[in-house]
Amino acid sequence: MSALQADLDDGSVRPPGHTSYGRLERILRRGEFAVTAELNPPDSADPQDVYERAAIFDGWVDGINATDGSGANCHMSSVGICALLTRMGYAPVMQMSCRDRNRIAMQGDVLGAAAMGVANILCLTGDGVQAGDQPNAKPVFDLDSLSLLETIRIMRDEQRFLSGRKISSPPYVFLGAASNPFSPPYEFRPFRLAKKIAAGAQFVQTQYCYDVPLLDKFMRQVRDDGLDQACFILVGVGPLASAKAARWIRTHVPGIHIPDEVIARIEGAENQRQEGKKICIEIIQQVREMAGIAGVHVMAYRQEELVAEIVYESGVLRDRKPWQREPKSDDAVVAERLEEILAEDEAVIPQEILNEEVSP
Amino acid sequence: MAAPRRYYKPSGVSRVARARARYSIRLWSVRNARVLERFYGTFADLFLKLHPLWQAIGYARVERPVLVVEKATKGFLFDCRMCGKCVLSATGMSCPMNCPKSLRNGPCGGVRANGNCEVEPDMPCVWVQAWEGSQRMKSGDTIMGVQKPLDQSLVGSSSWLRVTAEAAAARAAAAKEPEQ
Repeated sequence: MSALQADLDDGSVRPPGHTSYGRLERILRRGEFAVTAELNPPDSADPQDVYERAAIFDGWVDGINATDGSGANCHMSSVGICALLTRMGYAPVMQMSCRDRNRIAMQGDVLGAAAMGVANILCLTGDGVQAGDQPNAKPVFDLDSLSLLETIRIMRDEQRFLSGRKISSPPYVFLGAASNPFSPPYEFRPFRLAKKIAAGAQFVQTQYCYDVPLLDKFMRQVRDDGLDQACFILVGVGPLASAKAARWIRTHVPGIHIPDEVIARIEGAENQRQEGKKICIEIIQQVREMAGIAGVHVMAYRQEELVAEIVYESGVLRDRKPWQREPKSDDAVVAERLEEILAEDEAVIPQEILNEEVSP
Repeated sequence: MAAPRRYYKPSGVSRVARARARYSIRLWSVRNARVLERFYGTFADLFLKLHPLWQAIGYARVERPVLVVEKATKGFLFDCRMCGKCVLSATGMSCPMNCPKSLRNGPCGGVRANGNCEVEPDMPCVWVQAWEGSQRMKSGDTIMGVQKPLDQSLVGSSSWLRVTAEAAAARAAAAKEPEQ
């Protein structure tokens, strides 16, 4: 590995024409088909929980999304998860939803996250509070996803806050947005994407795609308007665990469209979980062949262990191997010494050593 | 312990009340967006012509009575929330402040398949309506513009007077320029 490559990988160099130090932007700009996944945020304060959940994706994805209270349920914050992930060298995509914070808090979090090494930020409107376990919370929605995008773009490119106050060192982030081609008003959706690009979106992750013809229709309009040249489009996909789960999602989770044929196909299968995975792989393969698509975003909620299999079996990466965490040479020495200490028959307690030295 | 919720039911937020209201006037305004657009055009011109009068009385002094009229008219036609920065002409005459997420730049991803709101299942999505209304309007393309975040300090103030004052100032600036 050349020195430059090493610098690029640990994110200390920003290549020309790039807005961030991150790996995800480089892979997309190189024209590779990118794969991102979503981390299920823990309901705990234990960093180990985050590391374990991220380790499942090791070597299979180019970015890990840290959700921000998705479904209006409270979990570990996305800033916190991202700070932990960057410590381990992962490339997190920090989601920011407008539901819980006003513009003062969000601009502060952008600076904080960028300082912690977060290179990608995904700007979302956020689910309404009624969807979650605390419907009595106050919905903030001070900014909307578009004005949040524009705010961060101004912070990065013009080095100032919304108020105009100067920022001495701007947050170099790759800006993302969400798009839902599967929800009405269908004709307006490509225009909404155009608006998001105008506001600063550089990449887009879509809602779960189970209806490829509908996506195709959307993409035709997007290509006609040249929007696929202006931003990288990653299509959201995910395996359905069972027909029952699919029905529940369709009625209870806002904005997810699952056609009847898909549910019927899963229902008719012997192994429903297997069939759900198969459908997901087929959709990935169809999407891979579609013009103007830059990657997939695999959301396997509570089935995260399937992500590696799905990515492998779909063959979307071809021969490419995404970044994987490798232990450093001194880590190995420490691990070896620890093994030795643990293997010793007579355990030496530090306090005893101290006592021996003090009293001869 | 607090009294159970069923002891007190706020009016207008129950399912039945909502179904009864059916947002009929708001939807009428969207259906007649073209007419309202033309009407607003003449009305704004008239307001601008009255600029010397407003100035003579003083914008601050005239705000109270204008507010009463503005609130009643727009409240009746659009269920206006007096955000202070009216964008009706860029949203197909569908007031975006009625969106439970107060989105000012387009629909969220949660719109139901029947075109209703994610948060309030009985209410037609404000932005689905806005898109339909903008199709009927002459300058409907303004829906493509990116709206700045709302200035919360303007909430409750008169948008009519602000627009008029700004237009008058712009006109004065334009008249001054050729002299220089």
